[in-house]
Order: sequence, then C-alpha cells, then structure tokens
Amino acid sequence: MTINEVKFSDAGMAEIQRYISHYPEGRQKSAILPIMHVAQAEFGGWLSPQVMDKIAEILNIQPIEVYEVATFYTMFNLKPVGKHVLEVCRTGPCCLRGADQMIEMIKDKLGIEEGETTADGMFTLKPVECLASCGTGPMLQVREKYYENIDSEEKLDQFLEMLRNTEVETPYHQAQ
Amino acid sequence: MGLKILTEHINVPGIETLEVYRKHGGYRSVEKALKTMSPDEVVEEVKTSGLRGRGGAGFPTGMKWSFLAKPEGVPRYLVCNADESEPGTFKDRVFMEKNPHALIEGMITSSYALGANTSYIYIRGELMFVLRILEKAIAEAYAAGLLGKNILGSGYDLDLHVAPGGGAYICGEETALLESLEGKRGNPRNKPPFPAVKGLFASPTVVNNVESIASVPWIVNNGGAEYAKIGIGRSTGTKLISASGNINKPGVYEIELGVPVEEFIYSDEYCGGIWKGKQLKAVVPGGSSVPILPANLILKTAAGEDRLMSYESLSDGGFVSGSMLGSGAFIVFDEDQCIVRNTWNYARFYHHESCGQCSPCREGTGWMEKVLHRIEHGHGHQQDIDLLVSVAKQIEGNTICPLGDAAAWPVASAIRHFRDEFEWHIKHPKEATLPGAVYRGQLATIEA
Ligand SMILES: Cc1cc2nc3c(=O)[nH]c(=O)nc-3n(C[C@H](O)[C@H](O)[C@H](O)COP(=O)(O)O)c2cc1C
Ligand code: SF4
Ligand code: FES
Repeated sequence: MTINEVKFSDAGMAEIQRYISHYPEGRQKSAILPIMHVAQAEFGGWLSPQVMDKIAEILNIQPIEVYEVATFYTMFNLKPVGKHVLEVCRTGPCCLRGADQMIEMIKDKLGIEEGETTADGMFTLKPVECLASCGTGPMLQVREKYYENIDSEEKLDQFLEMLRNTEVETPYHQAQ
Repeated sequence: MGLKILTEHINVPGIETLEVYRKHGGYRSVEKALKTMSPDEVVEEVKTSGLRGRGGAGFPTGMKWSFLAKPEGVPRYLVCNADESEPGTFKDRVFMEKNPHALIEGMITSSYALGANTSYIYIRGELMFVLRILEKAIAEAYAAGLLGKNILGSGYDLDLHVAPGGGAYICGEETALLESLEGKRGNPRNKPPFPAVKGLFASPTVVNNVESIASVPWIVNNGGAEYAKIGIGRSTGTKLISASGNINKPGVYEIELGVPVEEFIYSDEYCGGIWKGKQLKAVVPGGSSVPILPANLILKTAAGEDRLMSYESLSDGGFVSGSMLGSGAFIVFDEDQCIVRNTWNYARFYHHESCGQCSPCREGTGWMEKVLHRIEHGHGHQQDIDLLVSVAKQIEGNTICPLGDAAAWPVASAIRHFRDEFEWHIKHPKEATLPGAVYRGQLATIEA
C-alpha cells in the first residue's frame, strides 16, 4: 500500500476534522492521538508506516513526529493484529482477584503467548496495565468495551465464544 | 448512611441526560456563579471550603487556583485530569460514566472562576466509551446554552472539549499530561516554570482531578464554610474511595473524610469485610504508589489510636508506620496473598511506565523489577533485600517527576513491614515457588 491508497471513510475524516477544530490555530498537531485512534479503528487495528505518513500529511507535520508519538503510547499497535485484541489487565489489584490465572487460561485455550496472534487471525493476546476497573477484575478490554468479572473458566469460554461471533464496528460513527 | 455530595443522584435512572440531571438540581451552580458571583468570589469559596486535590497529592484547590498567572491578553486554560491510571483507582471512571453532567457542571463553574474560555478534559485513551458519554452530554449542554458563547446571557464564553490519551500512566502527571495534550510524547517537564505560569500552549493553566472539579458545584451552591464543616480537621468534605482486592463488596464509595478504617473495611455499608471469611493481611490505602501497611498498622496507628480515612490519619507515623490517602484507591490483601509477588508486580508496572528521561528512574525501576523477579522465582540472594532498599533510596527525590518516588515507596515499605517474608522466599526457594505458596508468619505453611 502506498500513502495515496490510504483513504479514511467520510465519517472517519469528519471525526478527524472535528478533533482538529478543538485546538487553536497552528496547534493542529494536538489532535494526533485522537486521529491515531480513528486510524487504528479504520485500518484493521494497527498503524502501518503508510497510515502514519498519511496522518503526518493531514496534520502537516513530519512523519517522524507521528512515529515518535506512536511508539510512546501502548494503545497503538505497530504490527498487524488479530480481529479481536484481548487487552487483559495484569496489574496488582486485578491479580488479587485472579488475573494471573485468567491470563494463563487464555494462553492455554488459544495456544498463544503474550503478544501473539492465533493462527486463524481471530485473537491477539496483549496484557496491559490497570484499566481503572480494579473492583471488577479479572477484566479485559476489546476495542472500546470492558468485560468484567471474568473469574471462571466457564465465563471465559462463553466470552471467547461470544467474540468469535462478533463483527468489528467503528463506534465513533455513533458519536455526536 | 453518610452524607453524599458527589454521588447523591448517581443511580437515578437517566441522570446522564440533561433533563433528568437538571430535575435533580443540576447546573444550579452555573446559574449562581455566572449571574451572581464574580470569578474571585468563586475562588474565595473554594479556598474557604478547604477542598484538597483529589488526584493524589492533596494540594489545596483554592490555593492552586489563586496562583494562576493572569497576564493581559493571554488565554488561560483549565484542564481536567481524567487520566486515572494509578493502579487501584477507578472512581473517576465510574463517576463520569454514570453522571457526566456533574463533571461538565464543575468544569463550567471552575472555568468561570479561573477566567478560562477554552477547557479540556484529558481522559485516558482506554476510556473511549466514557469519552463518547461525555461528548454526548457536552452536546446537550451546548444546545441548552450552558456552553458556547454568552452562557445563560451572562456574557461569559466557554468551549469544552474531551481529548483522549494513548495509553501511558505517566500522562497522569500534570506536565506529561500537557505534553500529551499538545500531541507529543508524555515526557514530564522540568519545573519551574509551573503550569500556573506556563502550561498548555505556554499559557497559564490549572490542572485538576475529575473529583476535585466535581466537588466545586456543591461548594458554590452551599458555600465553602458549609463544605468545611464536613469531614475532619484539614480533611474537609467527602471523598470517593475505589475499594478493590479481597473484600466482599468492591466498588466506589463516597465517604465523609474521617470514617474509621475498621468501619470502612468491615461494615456492610462499605467493603463488607474480607471475602471468604479470611483474615486481613495488608492494605495499600491510596493507590499503588503509596506505602503498604500490614493489618495492625492500617487499623491502628503506631500510637494505638484508631486509624481514620483522612489525609492526616493515614499518614500518621510518616513512612515508618504510616502511608497516604493518595487517590483514595483502597487495595485490600487477604492472608493468602504473597507480598513478594505483589511487590514484583508493582515494580514491573513502574518500570514499564517510566518515561525514561531520568537515569535513576529508568535504570532503578528496571533493577528493582529484575531483583524482585529473581526473589519471587526462587533465585534470590540474601544481599538482594538490602540492594532493593539501596536502589529505592537512590531513586527517591532524584528525578524530574514523582513517578520515581512512586516506584520506590511500594518496594521500600514492603521490605520495611514484610522483611521476614522476603527472607523466607530467599531461604526456601523451593517451597516459595510452589503454586499458591504463602508465608504465614513464624510458622511458614504452604497451601497448594
Ligand atoms: C506518575 C503520576 C501519575 C498521576 N496520575 C494522575 C491521574 O491519573 N489522575 C490525577 O488526577 N492525577 C494524577 N497525578 C497527579 C497530577 O500530577 C496532579 O497533581 C493532579 O492532577 C492535580 O489535580 P488535583 O490538585 O485536583 O488533585 C499523577 C501524578 C504522577 C506523578
Ligand atoms: S521520574 Fe521517571 S517518569 Fe518521571 S520524568 Fe523521570 S524517568 Fe520520566
Ligand atoms: S488492576 Fe486491573 S483494572 Fe486496575
């Protein structure tokens, strides 16, 4: 793919312009994080170099400025991911309620290690730090949703099955 | 039932809509402040209230506001810190999700007090679903003339925007947050200059936590003096506590500051006791960054007085026998929890989250993680305990931002209070690494 082939949807582009309008003249770079979120939602859950170059073009900044921001923040995936990225909280408070065991169960069931994607491209396992949902751990995030109190094998099985039958949406279309 | 200031209406069906929110007295503080008070009068009420920052440091909000520089012709900004990434903390998320207008009302009243005409809510990127809830509520507020030009005919203009982060704990530190809001890596800035002089876009800026800002409407409606009557001593008002860990009823509780810790843990109004009928082992009372306290020291101070949920009581005894209220994240450990494993988990967290600018933090957090990992996994040496203490000391106070201290304190306090548990791990590597192995005082027993 070349940068010219990177095309945002109309809704995505409108969302980008809306974010840029939130900042003073000449401060359009401030909108880089929300734009990266829109891009990641539109282009398969990760940011390719071409997509990042396109963001630089939209913001009228150097591509390196996008790369250096993208590599700092953990939410941006810089290589391809599965259809559903399981962002599982692995931090202390969730571990008090069994997060460690849940992560091990996921690895066993899906046959993947942390950071890996299943062969069928369905799931990527990505442990993350505290998601501000510690009272309802073990918990995980998939795209914009939180799934809480996944504290038994049965619940985990049901949850994975539900995801297998779930299509990916770009939720910002419902915003405003 | 204690007094509820922030959460009185939080479970009313439809409270997330403007209509229901207004029916329950919402936006009265905007009417009152903009129509009958000068900005300085609002600042004075907040000063009188004794409200202290709810983001962790507990700095008096009114005083912070009065430091804001006001050069002619330069815009001023209010930025709400909704980054909420401190492990154990989830009060702001629950609050915004359920009652978005309450934060927006606080933002309008507070922005008016500070003379800001554009304000931002910086929310951690993972909470995109909360961002959408806030944006919907903001759109309602614009449509009702509560935001935008000439709010309620007062002549005051305010634009309010929500900005998502990208996943980085350090962006909760206020200057890292401002860098991030400007579209950069979240590297904390050197201070001075402080944000009050040079903050967002090099303009005077106030950064406040969600809960601090949400406390302002009640203060405006009822007066700072009334607010100051709530709570205990210099811990005025109510506080949202995120209760997690091994308790029967985890969740967010609004308490009047000064509730005894024992009551908070064991009464049915709050945590409902330790789950599965187990014994209390330890508590981290203010988020992962504050010192851990063993059961005896969380219930009573070293002097034998009841420990209370207040800034002063929780820090009684300093770092020798006390801790901090911090962000109000109350993390409870039962008798089956391994302190070494937990300390390693926290150390890994801080190493992962260090921005890497200062060597003591970047290298020191890495060392602590590595040494704790080897102790936890049965490869520790007796000298490792003192090595950890020494590394923690070298980080503390030697860094650009307080993340260094936040990384050092959990390690130093765990060793101070649970040294025998660390020693046992090192002396008995085989037993200590069995699944479910826990050190239980002098008589180490193992329950697999
Ligand atoms: C590493 C680090 C993380 C922080 N995270 C948060 C946070 O998530 N939310 C917050 O309100 N304050 C956080 N703070 C505190 C802020 O720097 C700042 O003191 C606070 O937002 C001020 O608001 P307040 O006076 O209303 O408490 C953090 C500080 C540090 C050093
Ligand atoms: S103390 Fe750590 S997080 Fe803070 S600026 Fe230094 S390296 Fe970055
Ligand atoms: S520790 Fe898992 S959400 Fe906070």
